[in-house]
Amino acid sequence: MTTSDIRTVGRGLHPVHAVLLGGMFPLFLGGLLSDLAYASSYQIQWTNFASWLIVGGLVFSGFALLWSIIELIRADRRRGQFLVFTLLLFATWVVGFFNSLTHAKDAWSAMPMGLILSVIGVLLACASTWLGFAKFGVGGER
Amino acid sequence: MKQLPAHVRAGAGLMLSAAFATLLSACGKSDANPDQYGAEPQLPAPERGLLPSMKIAEPTPWGNQKPVVPQGYAISAIASDLKVPRQTLVLPNGDILIAEGKGGNAKPLKPKDLIAGYIKSKGTTSVKSGDRLTLLRDADGDGVYETRTVYADKLNAPYGLALVGNNLYVANQDALVRFNYREGDTQAGQPPVKVTDLPSEINHHWTKALAASADGRFLYVGIGSNSNITERGMTGEIDRAMVWEVNAETGARRNYATGLRNPTALTIQPGSGQLWAVVNERDEIGPNLVPDYLTTVKEGAFYGWPYSYWGQNVDERVRPQDPQKVASAIKPDYALGSHVAALGLDFSEPAMGPKFADGVFIGEHGSWNRDNPVGYKVVFVPFRDGRPNGPPVDFVTGFRDADGKTRGRPVGVTVDPRGALIVADDLANVIWRVTPVKVP
Repeated sequence: MTTSDIRTVGRGLHPVHAVLLGGMFPLFLGGLLSDLAYASSYQIQWTNFASWLIVGGLVFSGFALLWSIIELIRADRRRGQFLVFTLLLFATWVVGFFNSLTHAKDAWSAMPMGLILSVIGVLLACASTWLGFAKFGVGGER
Repeated sequence: MKQLPAHVRAGAGLMLSAAFATLLSACGKSDANPDQYGAEPQLPAPERGLLPSMKIAEPTPWGNQKPVVPQGYAISAIASDLKVPRQTLVLPNGDILIAEGKGGNAKPLKPKDLIAGYIKSKGTTSVKSGDRLTLLRDADGDGVYETRTVYADKLNAPYGLALVGNNLYVANQDALVRFNYREGDTQAGQPPVKVTDLPSEINHHWTKALAASADGRFLYVGIGSNSNITERGMTGEIDRAMVWEVNAETGARRNYATGLRNPTALTIQPGSGQLWAVVNERDEIGPNLVPDYLTTVKEGAFYGWPYSYWGQNVDERVRPQDPQKVASAIKPDYALGSHVAALGLDFSEPAMGPKFADGVFIGEHGSWNRDNPVGYKVVFVPFRDGRPNGPPVDFVTGFRDADGKTRGRPVGVTVDPRGALIVADDLANVIWRVTPVKVP
């Protein structure tokens, strides 16, 4: 078990996991900015952009979440901080999912709930990305 | 059950939990059929869960079954294996012309459009658009249409049909065209002449309804909106959701009435010469909003879409709003019920029998945006002194079972003055003919 403990402490996030994690934040942020543009201009294309950006964020955060869950199950990551990180990712995905359904409402009926969920989603995405990189870093042996 | 909540519920249930799934389904909806007929329908407050209600027809062959008609009437299929029959026209010699086709080129704009489009396509025919006019003839008058010819083909989703003298007008999804028709023709001699282009960009609601004025000088073209409720952008709605008046000779046009979300059938009232329409109203604000309607089309009038419905009921989904337009909106004449999808309209004739002599027949394609489906039948709205009088009466039913199996979906209805109702069924690709049974 000694070897395993060393690995857990020493290993950062897998580079692909890091790409998934890093990709979700700009997508959700783009969704929020598009929502703001729609709210101020009433130009429908912005809410279309937001819908797709949020779906993109869902794809990235979904795979990042899946990766984290697998690592949790494999038991070499079962530590408090990694669990918190995974739960944050889960919360990000759930909020994004509801946001996506909200954005499927026609025209202005997506508002203001869509904007509120976008703000919450961006904050959660930011928090989980931050925690992921700050606590675990990227790469193999260090 | 092809139903969106069930689909997503299943997916979400796998990923999350049953409790989560319950959250998703739009709960607490007032789905019961309210009394939504006539001039003053009850209008509940708008509602929408996280997912829109979607209950789609489950297509099933007719087999030996037939639609149900009232006692004293008979029904038979006079043509089958058509390619999406939509509207029909009874010619002076008794021949029946059928417009076959399916139009629209609205591309998916949002992830939702991909999913909802797929689900809705399950409830319609998989037959390709015919883009043609088929002519049926019953030479010996025995009720069997033994001759069938293609009158014209290579059209572009033809829908509205009108005959004025020797001019046969056809409203394609992109242009109003004219054929030179002589009585007895079974095929068009030449390609059609264009009268005027019709708005066809996007063509979310692609059907172009058509009626000719009593004197034949003007043609009225119904042009549907390019969205449910402006979600494809305001610029997409230029020249949409209105009825045009087209000069039959010159092709010059003007807006005759506006704010009509999707005027799917137009007809002229015999005697008065008044233009009437059935109009399909907006979706996704609840099972009992907004009633589709039958109305006189008043020259210069604004009927609300998109800013408001049934008069001054503001639709909050539209931005920017327009209080001035809302103030000018007039109420339609007669509600048919929400989501029934009225697609056919014609005035009756005395030959249809005393109970159904004075009024209009309306073909109801049937709902998708409602857990408890409505429509899927042909109704008769009785008239008195030229105005609707009393609730709609079922005339042709049995298109959909209680368990969701759907054998047909009525579209165009046309009264043959010899005493028959012609009903186009675009799910079974059949033309039905309903006749009063002659008492010897």
